[in-house]
Amino acid sequence: MNIFDILGPVMVGPSSSHTAGAVRIGYIAHKLLQDELANAEIYLHGSFATTGAGHGTDRALIAGLLGMKPDDIRIPDSFQIAREQGVTFSFDTKNIKDAHPNTALLLLTGKSGRTLEVQAASIGGGRIMIQKLDGIDVNFSSEKPTLIVHNLDQPGHVAEVTSMLSHKSVNIATMQLYRDKRGGYAVMVLETDQPIPQEAIAWLAHLEGIIKVTYFNSEEEA
Amino acid sequence: MAYASLAEIIDYTKEHNILFWEAVLEDDMAERKVTKEASFHQMKATWDAIRHACSHYEPKRRSSSGLVGGQGAQMEEYCRARTPLCGSFVGKVMTQALKMGESNACMKRIVAAPTAGACGVLPAALVPYYEERKEDEARILEAMYVSAGIGQVIAVRASISGAAGGCQAEIGSASAMAAGALTYLEGGNAAQICHASAMALKNLLGLVCDPVAGLVEIPCVKRNVIGAVNALSAADMALAGIESRIPPDQVIDAMKEVGDKLDASLRETGMGGLAATPAGIEIMDKLHHKTR
Ligand code: SF4
Repeated sequence: MNIFDILGPVMVGPSSSHTAGAVRIGYIAHKLLQDELANAEIYLHGSFATTGAGHGTDRALIAGLLGMKPDDIRIPDSFQIAREQGVTFSFDTKNIKDAHPNTALLLLTGKSGRTLEVQAASIGGGRIMIQKLDGIDVNFSSEKPTLIVHNLDQPGHVAEVTSMLSHKSVNIATMQLYRDKRGGYAVMVLETDQPIPQEAIAWLAHLEGIIKVTYFNSEEEA
Repeated sequence: MAYASLAEIIDYTKEHNILFWEAVLEDDMAERKVTKEASFHQMKATWDAIRHACSHYEPKRRSSSGLVGGQGAQMEEYCRARTPLCGSFVGKVMTQALKMGESNACMKRIVAAPTAGACGVLPAALVPYYEERKEDEARILEAMYVSAGIGQVIAVRASISGAAGGCQAEIGSASAMAAGALTYLEGGNAAQICHASAMALKNLLGLVCDPVAGLVEIPCVKRNVIGAVNALSAADMALAGIESRIPPDQVIDAMKEVGDKLDASLRETGMGGLAATPAGIEIMDKLHHKTR
């Protein structure tokens, strides 16, 4: 925890976990969708479900999905802004098994038809954990540059990614590997200490056996 | 790496012949790999955000439950109409604490310090001081380093979250941070800074987290007032030369122990204390009807 986690964050109230963290969940989900949002179907679990309305958790999630950050003073008006932009949304509560008390499940559809399912938790102090993408465990904080690679479950792809990163002098902070039983492919989630150059990501996306590459660096626009 | 104890900060200041705030600044530069200028720049931005929040209070605004708002203005009016028992400076401190707590509850932009619920304590100590004493802004920023350093040690040794340690960890920590900052501003040395924060924390030890309906409204807003006023009195005691008989780091450890022993119903669940009173339950029931 650095001193600006103590004196900070600058945020719209009332709660770092139920408001600021919720904005961040929406914000990161919107980055991950890589498309302009058309519709969001949102499910709240645990304490998000019981005290969410009073904390503005619902407005916070929508604000984030519209690209707002936790210090954006338009957060309280996000429903109105969404309507003006033609974004539709719905809320419901849902008991998600074994989930953190402050968890949201977001089913997103973009304007060009892309869909994404994000399960994320607000873990305190405005920090979050993205737990699942399209039902697959991912578990990353979104605080560092993050690379998510979906690839065919065959040998060699991990080496391709790691050697590309070392070639670009990008240090890997954390790395996780998951298997998607449904899709028959594997997912790599890497957090790095340095940002990854755009051309390296493009190169990766064109390799054989690589299905999808998602990259974001939330520091970038800070 | 953040300091693991207040004693460690004091040792460091002695070893390098620097002030408390400089020890915190150096640590920030090392931890985030930033220059002195960059660190100050961010502290200034934080201070600007605090002042912006202070000047943008809206007395007409109400929280989503409708129960919080307007009391800062009420207090201000009272202080204008007559001299408050606490005196006019403390009147300003109380007013500021209420205003900031309300702004937070009403979804306005604030600076968590160390949390959103306790966001009024430090501004209530620093902003009236800055305005009334015509203090140099640079010294206010230095005082903010002092408070951040104290908060960091509390976060490392104990907790700054109501869900983990009760309200003593939020309002109590904020009060300790503010007490240290004020002691520095008034010319206290590193040891006095630590004693002030220890006394502030001691005097709020055991404070439970019992928000009505689970919302950061009741009692949170008003607790910012006691956090700030308690900081003033702890700073005054330290400046008078009074010390905490229990060493400051041990006070923090005691806070952790008390927090660990607190029943879950008294740790932000909204199931105990004021939240579980008949009036508290009635408020919660009404809100549920409204949202369902
Ligand atoms: S009662 Fe709980 S939620 Fe309210 S300020 Fe204290 S710790 Fe925070």
